[in-house]
Amino acid sequence: MRIEDFLLMRHEILLTLVTVILLVLEIFLHDDRKQVIRHWAIVLMTLVTVAGFLSLPEGTLFGGMYQTSQLHQLMKNILNIGALVVFIQGAKWLNLEANRNKVSEFYLLILCTLIGMNFMVSSGDFLMFYLGLELATIPIAAMAAFDKLSNKSSEAGIKLILSSALSSGIMLYGISMVYGTTGSIYFEQVSQLYAGSSLQVLAFIFFFTGMAFKISMVPFHLWTADVYEGAPVNVTSYLSVVSKGAALFIFSIILVTAFRFISPLWQNVIWVISVLTMTIGNLFAIRQNNLKRFLAFSSISQAGFILLGVIAGTQLGMATVVYYVLVYIFSNLGAFGVVAAVSNATGGKENMDDYVGFYRTNPKLALTMMLAMFSLAGIPPVAGFFGKFFLFLAVAEQGYYWLLTIAVLNTIISLYYYLLIVKAMFLTKSEDAIGRFRSDNYTRLGLAICIAGMVIVGFASPIFDYIKSLSFGL
Amino acid sequence: MDFLSYFIIVPLLTVLGIIVSRNDKQAKWTAAIGMSIQLVLAAVLVFRYLAERKAGNMAEFLFYHDYLWFPALNIRYTVGVDGISVAMVALTSLVIFTGIFASWEVKFQFREFFATLILLATGVFGFFICTDLFTMFLFYELAVLPMYLLIGIWGSGPKEYSAMKLTLMLMGGSALLLVGLIGLYFHSAPDGGPYTFNFIEISKVQIPIQMQYFLFPMTFVGFGILGALFPLHTWSPDGHSSAPTAVSMLHAGVLMKLGGYGCFRVAMFLMPEAAHDLSWIFLILTTISVVYGAFGAIMQKDLKYINAYSSVSHCGLVLFALLMMNETAINGAIMQMVSHGIMTALFFALIGMIYGRTHTRIIDEMGGLMRVIPFLAVAYVIAGLASLGLPGFSGFVAEMTVFVGSWQNTGTFYRVATVIACASIVITAVYILRVVGILLQGPVREPWYHQFTDATWYERISVGFLIAGIAGIGIAPLWLSNMITNSLGPIMDRLNMISFIH
Repeated sequence: MRIEDFLLMRHEILLTLVTVILLVLEIFLHDDRKQVIRHWAIVLMTLVTVAGFLSLPEGTLFGGMYQTSQLHQLMKNILNIGALVVFIQGAKWLNLEANRNKVSEFYLLILCTLIGMNFMVSSGDFLMFYLGLELATIPIAAMAAFDKLSNKSSEAGIKLILSSALSSGIMLYGISMVYGTTGSIYFEQVSQLYAGSSLQVLAFIFFFTGMAFKISMVPFHLWTADVYEGAPVNVTSYLSVVSKGAALFIFSIILVTAFRFISPLWQNVIWVISVLTMTIGNLFAIRQNNLKRFLAFSSISQAGFILLGVIAGTQLGMATVVYYVLVYIFSNLGAFGVVAAVSNATGGKENMDDYVGFYRTNPKLALTMMLAMFSLAGIPPVAGFFGKFFLFLAVAEQGYYWLLTIAVLNTIISLYYYLLIVKAMFLTKSEDAIGRFRSDNYTRLGLAICIAGMVIVGFASPIFDYIKSLSFGL
Repeated sequence: MDFLSYFIIVPLLTVLGIIVSRNDKQAKWTAAIGMSIQLVLAAVLVFRYLAERKAGNMAEFLFYHDYLWFPALNIRYTVGVDGISVAMVALTSLVIFTGIFASWEVKFQFREFFATLILLATGVFGFFICTDLFTMFLFYELAVLPMYLLIGIWGSGPKEYSAMKLTLMLMGGSALLLVGLIGLYFHSAPDGGPYTFNFIEISKVQIPIQMQYFLFPMTFVGFGILGALFPLHTWSPDGHSSAPTAVSMLHAGVLMKLGGYGCFRVAMFLMPEAAHDLSWIFLILTTISVVYGAFGAIMQKDLKYINAYSSVSHCGLVLFALLMMNETAINGAIMQMVSHGIMTALFFALIGMIYGRTHTRIIDEMGGLMRVIPFLAVAYVIAGLASLGLPGFSGFVAEMTVFVGSWQNTGTFYRVATVIACASIVITAVYILRVVGILLQGPVREPWYHQFTDATWYERISVGFLIAGIAGIGIAPLWLSNMITNSLGPIMDRLNMISFIH
């Protein structure tokens, strides 16, 4: 193996480098000056994100365990962008009194999971996939328990680690059966030997169940709301966007590579699951008052919509999945950014009732939130509209018109609860609205990136064309 | 930049201008100037269109421009107009122009109000000039959603309820529509080749009949909800009565026409076979709309509710005439859209102005307005007479054409439907004359009514332009009628082909 080959892993190497730099800083900086790490982390992450866009050859490493192509790099870049926005949005929160002594932990843990996700996305066999997945999951449990003094936060950490351990176990069992029936763990070879014997079907179901936990598809979603509510806002936003996005990326890749010859099976399974996920996520979201729980259920139903692109299994399908995750990152992080800003400024107000009359006191934040809600609901002119439309196109191309009909009816339900927030902020009048407050520059920068993303990603058609040109299908 | 795109750019620039303006007065004038430019543009468009046609340009769509937007999906931004869209664009610019003057005195969050209102108008303009289903759909949703904020923030009565009901029902319609449009897209290229959203090209292919049976109801109902198709019209009375004046004007005047236009342009034009086979179902529903709306209006005591139900009836007549599927009836339907658009805008403008003075909309609580505010009262009578179809006003021309067209269909079923729908003219006369009698005639109801000032200059601009529109069409209908008839060729060819086969 030549040294240049390692350059194929540029994303992972750079992220590791940043992790090491931050660790060294953590060791050598005096406790009073730990705040500097925030700026370092953000600057370094920006550099990594930009460097990720430089062109790179395609290829495989370690005998096929690790593979990279333009599409893989694009997926990693999207994850990097998401993590960068989370870094920026977290800066204010980490400056609070309670978090001052654990600044670097936040960034280090996120970087670790990001490295894991990068390996997971680039995996060429089930082993690398599993390693990446674990690396991407376990540090998140520590992050969920970030508020050491809060019971809910600790509870969230434990819930996350237990449920992900369970799902990993199930998935590993599935993978072992895959190996048992085919004698291989490489996606390419597995696909050739996977004919759909009953044991192989069982193996797939186990694998699928594990993935369903990670992506929080119904009925494996029960951990989601509690964990999202318990964890600090910035961790929740990372969990709901980047972590979910990475899992969806590799899920759609594995389905069209390793399991390509049993596509009718998984298409039927996901058909049912996606309807359940959309509908139940939506129906539960209606009843929520806590915004984090609300966004948790909304993210469950969003995952249901993204599954539409996965079901299609075509080139268009994969392109729409990647595109929608990109759109979703900006939209959801926009929403979480506002929630975080409000939570930081008011000492933890996170309920929908608190947002009554919000527009009168903080018009800019309210408008950002409205744009984010419209984008999540799929209303033009923001990017969510294009994202959803293309997902619908992908699924209709394969003739799933009834699924399409159910999905569009679900968008109306989702519109209802997204409008509830708009209603609270704009329509309802209140005497004791949240007071006027100024956000710091990092918060503004984070929200500005989200707004720019929501507007540009939709109208700038080259982005979608580029993604489509890289994607592949069954 | 091509000529038609200015219809989107000017409102967008106006919105931008309103956002950056320093105070309410600047915002107000920005809006007024922007929409005056839009009105002039529309006039130029009408004249240029007529000149082109006179010069012998027989292209189906004029001022046609085509820009590739999403190459991967062959989604295009394509603009082009025929006589029908020209009429709709002219109607929209007239209504939004007068709407600005009718809401000259909005106090609360003025800039936001005008920015949202004009954003809504942008959506409507975009919808009428585009010939690509994707962009049409985009503009359609852009036109519907601002209604939520407009009604919810600036409305009256149970505004939050009405706003949510209206938004969800209309978005529900757009959801069905989405299925229809996507279905059309994937059947736009039967011999391979790239799919397209351009309806001119889709109209040239034959969509499988089984698929049409699925897609036609989706599209027709999707647009029909916006056109107040019974029994999915219930958003309309609540929405219109809670909305602020300019929004009611724009919504009843223009937005509901999006429904009729869409039913015609997308559902019937692209799927004529299904339209032919399934029209009877919708014909029954629209007949009910027409009569039910009129009866509903009789029962109401609130001026806005009366007018909202009358809109249900009149817009039902539009769909009714479209479904008769012959040239005269369809011509009448389009005329009715324009005529009702102006008329109902005038009604809502006047109701807003009267409400601003008497602070009530319940007719029994008012009386004798003719003596205290003669200008507005006379305008109300004119609107009323136009609405019940008095010759000399636009309403007569439109309804006459509709019923003459409907009578041309000889089947018993069509005859019965036509007779029932015709009855609505009488019912309309009942509620219009009753309102005019109670509201305007008789002794002045309250002593403080004598302190009323008659219409101010901006109210006169608003009312004057609308009356000019009604009378203009009523006295000289032929230019409009010819413009529409000339553009009916392609769809009539398609419909006639079907009836020839059957």
